[in-house]
Amino acid sequence: MAMLSRTLERLFFLAAIGSALLTAAVFLLLCQLAKPLFQHGGLGTLLCSPWNPGHGQYGIYPMIVGSLSIAFLSVLISFPFSLGCAFFITHFGPLALRRKLLNLVRFMTSIPTVVYGFVALFLLVPFMREFLTGGSGMNILTASVVLAILIAPTMIIFFVDSLQRVPLSYRQAVDALGGSPAQQLLYVVLPMAWPGILNGLLLGLGRAMGDTLISLMLAGNAVAVPTALTQAARTLTAHIALVMAADFASMEFQSIFACGIFLYLFTALLIVALRLVGRLSPRGL
Amino acid sequence: MLAYIKKNILLSAVCTLCLSLVAWPALANDLDLFRGQHGVIKISGGTAHIPVMKEAAKQVMSAYPDIQITIAGGGSGVGIKQVGEKMVQIGNSGRKATAQEIQQYGLVLFKWAIDGVGVVVHPGNPVHALTSAQVQAIYAGKITNWKDLGGVDRAINLYTRDEASGTREVFWKKALNNGEIAAGANVVVSNGAMKTAIANDPYAIGYVSVGHIDTSVRPVSLDGVVPTNATVKDGSYPVARGLYSITAGEPRGAVKAFINFLFSPSGQQIAAAKGFIPVR
Repeated sequence: MAMLSRTLERLFFLAAIGSALLTAAVFLLLCQLAKPLFQHGGLGTLLCSPWNPGHGQYGIYPMIVGSLSIAFLSVLISFPFSLGCAFFITHFGPLALRRKLLNLVRFMTSIPTVVYGFVALFLLVPFMREFLTGGSGMNILTASVVLAILIAPTMIIFFVDSLQRVPLSYRQAVDALGGSPAQQLLYVVLPMAWPGILNGLLLGLGRAMGDTLISLMLAGNAVAVPTALTQAARTLTAHIALVMAADFASMEFQSIFACGIFLYLFTALLIVALRLVGRLSPRGL
Repeated sequence: MLAYIKKNILLSAVCTLCLSLVAWPALANDLDLFRGQHGVIKISGGTAHIPVMKEAAKQVMSAYPDIQITIAGGGSGVGIKQVGEKMVQIGNSGRKATAQEIQQYGLVLFKWAIDGVGVVVHPGNPVHALTSAQVQAIYAGKITNWKDLGGVDRAINLYTRDEASGTREVFWKKALNNGEIAAGANVVVSNGAMKTAIANDPYAIGYVSVGHIDTSVRPVSLDGVVPTNATVKDGSYPVARGLYSITAGEPRGAVKAFINFLFSPSGQQIAAAKGFIPVR
């Protein structure tokens, strides 16, 4: 018996080491594959210069700006709605409705991304073109709005979880003191649940950053550095999808490894931030 | 990539569906090329080729059910890369593979048709004729309003194709004369996506393979020549390219039969029916 458990322990240990090594190996492989690019002008120039293959420039700066603006804007739009929705589900909504709403949110997570993109292409894009943004209607704002809907369920479920984990006895104490539901939420539940809420926010940001299809279909994919939210932009992920088909030996193709490195590092930073947030508040739930 | 995989699945489904339909009246002796052959032929690459590949596959598979043919898009670059890496048996390309690609993978190129690339606008757009200089200025971002071309007072929405597109390459070389394409142009991923985008955007300008032009978009004449099969064929419309099917090494068995079928009278007839100019 002891023998078996020791073997199992070792097996799990190997599995853990293996997956950790694999993650590191992916990063090293990315660096190795992007090496010709670094020799071309160093990582700094690569991250800061424009994309103009005709003039030998393979910088991914426009895509970094595109990715960050679309991801942050979508979180900015989605956060208030998601938080409000979570409050409604946990505190303010009629009991009968809460359950149904949460089920609807869970259902939303299973709608394929391409459906959102397709519907938006025929409804939102013409609307934006004629009434709001002008241009082709495919721009940062359009993509962000749809992305906001896409990441909302993830955030709502996370928020609801952390709001519900506040012990019932605390909430009952507020009730006993004569506090209103709003006071309960503001002074007891939120201060205790905020690390969870921040976690959900970061998770939503990660999802927005990693999404490919929405920005590929709706953001216009222009290679210019966007200067307004009404302009078309290309995200790092869309750039990878677009250039994937190029000649394997070309510099265009190799630029996607630089995109990969940036996305990898960004995600890694997000995870570190998540861990730090987890430690920040010992009271946190 | 995801979109491309989806397309692949969809097209395979379409091909299977086509099996049940009545086949084109192919000359029976052309299909004899496949006698005794069996196996799977995987095809991917250029999106301009797809209508022809689908029709050819339909005829072959209805006559010889032992041969399975799957067709995927992806663009010319994908076709060359996938056939080079032996992920598919035939890679389609709307551009000649580069000398380096041919050497690295040992590619053999078969040019079975010629295709023009035409400038298109929304059917409601009053602008129907442009000069080469105007098209170049529009794509360089120097002319930015339809008003300057005799249209409505709205900004021109530029559409171009992705870096791997053969359609883009021939348009850039022969219509834009290797000129600039404004960095603010929208980028779409296939001939079909370009057509959808232009058909839905009243202020758009883009370019598609002449074989793809239908009533949903309006072709614009270039220096007085409308892009049609006839003008591409007689050479008066200059923005044209070869359509290639590529194999890694000399083709054998069913793949060889398929390539020969494309060059047979039936195959060439399909190419013509889908809006391309046959080579034979």
